Amino acid sequence: MALLILLFVPLISAFILMLVGDRKFSYELNIIASAATFLAGVSLAITVYFTGSMLVWHNYFFVDAFNVYLAVLTSFVSMTTAIFSRRYMKREREIGRVGHRRMRFYHAMFQLFIFAMLLCLLTNNIGVLWIAMELATLSTVLLVSLYRTPGAIEAAWKYFILCGVGIAQALFGTVLLYFAAEKVLGEGGDALLWTNLAQYSDQLEPTILSLAFVFLMVGYGTKVGLAPLHNWLPDAHSEGPTPVSAVLSGLLLNIALYALVRCKTIVDGATHTHHAGLIMMGFGIVSVLVGAFSLLRQKDIKRMFSYSSIEHMGIATFAFGLGGALATYGALLHMLLHSLAKSSIFYSVGQASQMHETQEMDKISGLISGNPFVGWGLMFGALAIVGMPPFGIFISEFLILTATIKQAPLVAPVLLLGLVVAFAAIIRKVQPMVAGEVPAGQQKIKVANLPIILHLSMVLILGLYIPAFLNNWFIKGVEILK
Amino acid sequence: MDIQITEQIIIMLAALVLLTAFAMLVQRKIYGLISLFMWQGIFLALTTAFVGYIAHRYHLYISAVLTLLLKVILLPYILRMLIIKLKISREVESVVNVTSTMLIGIALVIFSYQLTAPIRQNSAFVAQSIIAIALATVMIGLLMMITRRNAVTQIIGFLAMENGLFFAAISATYGMPLVVELGVAIDILIAAFVFGIFSLHINTTFDSLDVDKMAQLKEDY
Repeated sequence: MALLILLFVPLISAFILMLVGDRKFSYELNIIASAATFLAGVSLAITVYFTGSMLVWHNYFFVDAFNVYLAVLTSFVSMTTAIFSRRYMKREREIGRVGHRRMRFYHAMFQLFIFAMLLCLLTNNIGVLWIAMELATLSTVLLVSLYRTPGAIEAAWKYFILCGVGIAQALFGTVLLYFAAEKVLGEGGDALLWTNLAQYSDQLEPTILSLAFVFLMVGYGTKVGLAPLHNWLPDAHSEGPTPVSAVLSGLLLNIALYALVRCKTIVDGATHTHHAGLIMMGFGIVSVLVGAFSLLRQKDIKRMFSYSSIEHMGIATFAFGLGGALATYGALLHMLLHSLAKSSIFYSVGQASQMHETQEMDKISGLISGNPFVGWGLMFGALAIVGMPPFGIFISEFLILTATIKQAPLVAPVLLLGLVVAFAAIIRKVQPMVAGEVPAGQQKIKVANLPIILHLSMVLILGLYIPAFLNNWFIKGVEILK
Repeated sequence: MDIQITEQIIIMLAALVLLTAFAMLVQRKIYGLISLFMWQGIFLALTTAFVGYIAHRYHLYISAVLTLLLKVILLPYILRMLIIKLKISREVESVVNVTSTMLIGIALVIFSYQLTAPIRQNSAFVAQSIIAIALATVMIGLLMMITRRNAVTQIIGFLAMENGLFFAAISATYGMPLVVELGVAIDILIAAFVFGIFSLHINTTFDSLDVDKMAQLKEDY
């Protein structure tokens, strides 16, 4: 039941918000809807925690330890983003960057996007997964172009074309997977169910599955933002409204990676080789390097942090490709922590650029004196994302690095190089922005503190201690992905 | 109908789908491009129906009707409305290097045959051996999106690519389950609408449909 509620709340809210339109209370309505989704997510998680994985509604949906934690994370971050977006979008509306009609559109699409992501996670059918992924793309394309500036339109067009092409490759991969599966499982919907595919994966034709994986890798990899297919990502993140950047970076990339990892387990089951893992490791390590070195020459603050997303998704993809209990545990933890830390950074960054009315880093300074919440929020967020102890990302990166040294020692220095370069680049650029004198013309704005505090304290706590239930989940997740 | 004749017809229709893909690659007139897209849709629907007949998969008839509605009537209609609204119905686009584009296209077909060799080995049924043509259609659609600079042409390239994917699903597996097929069709329809809205935005913002004009977001080296 909780599962269906979890899916229906955002879908219905999207329609309600479309009907309500741009009213004084539609910002609050958006928060209430997201909070309800979050509560449904938590109750689903509790059920799954006590009863184990389950199939719902004629096997159409299923939940296990791997996707339930992502579903809770998705609903949580979308709730905090809705809280952040209340003050942020009100301000954007006041200064006239968005009008009446576009506000209506923004709220409706925000909810639809959340629905699409949750559907991706919870569906048991790889065909429906593809459809939901395409829906997530379509609902965010118009959000990216919300400001209608030339830059925004260019970014959205690039996003649309690249992800459209990418996702088409993923559909071809899905067709191939179905082709292999129907020989074993018979025709019809059953051959597309994760649960069946996982069960019978060792009977599937290995050559076809490795071919399918290449297409799935390119397709979903484009959406994860893996280099060299990452070109859309910095543009889309920097030109769209900040709440959208936060959910794109914090959530959508995770969802695409989720799809990829699920496909990998099936392909591994059929081929009994490390073929798929090696491809993922390759894409992952290239993304780490490309992301880290691109960080060095950024001028736009949101663009910089989107390259950091590429780097971190690269780390997670690499770790999943590496396989083994330690690396997989690290990757699951990394997905969670990156999502929390990165969205909190985008909250601070959005408000910092509202205060200075620009996204150029040279023109932003004195954040701590100007507004301690934004300043310290950005500083701590940056420290968290580069993996400073005691923040949690240190733990996940440490686990992944340890596993790399053990399983693939030759790659370890390359990975470490990427981490060090990213560390230097981000701290060097963030430090002058938070410190220094308050420039003339810095605006005073109403700041949404709660989401930043909430996210950063969670990242901090997870660095000091991982609660037993989370630990259990991750261990179960590792078993599923073995 | 004799099974052998039907198989021949299917192979011929597959060839026609590939032929239209090649024709679209070099068609300069935007109006002609839409007609070609329509023809591709017709061949696709016919193939679907014939495969359904020969393999006794009667749900494929529904797919065929769906294809006919979506790709022969609805999408070309939307595209025509779009080019009338954008006032580009008579425009002639410059296509650079027709010869080399064609040669790359041929190379892609060979590549597709090479890539799908394991699938063709595993198939007993004639339609499955044409999956190479389906993949080639996808690749040629991709090539079209790369070589053309007009936003509307890129949309048509995208839709042609999707045709190839549908063709792949039909030839390899007698079509995906109906839920998936309907979902994909709806996604494509929404995508076409969004694309349409976009090209209007591009036209008003950049005063042109040339995607090369959009070059603001670049890395400084």
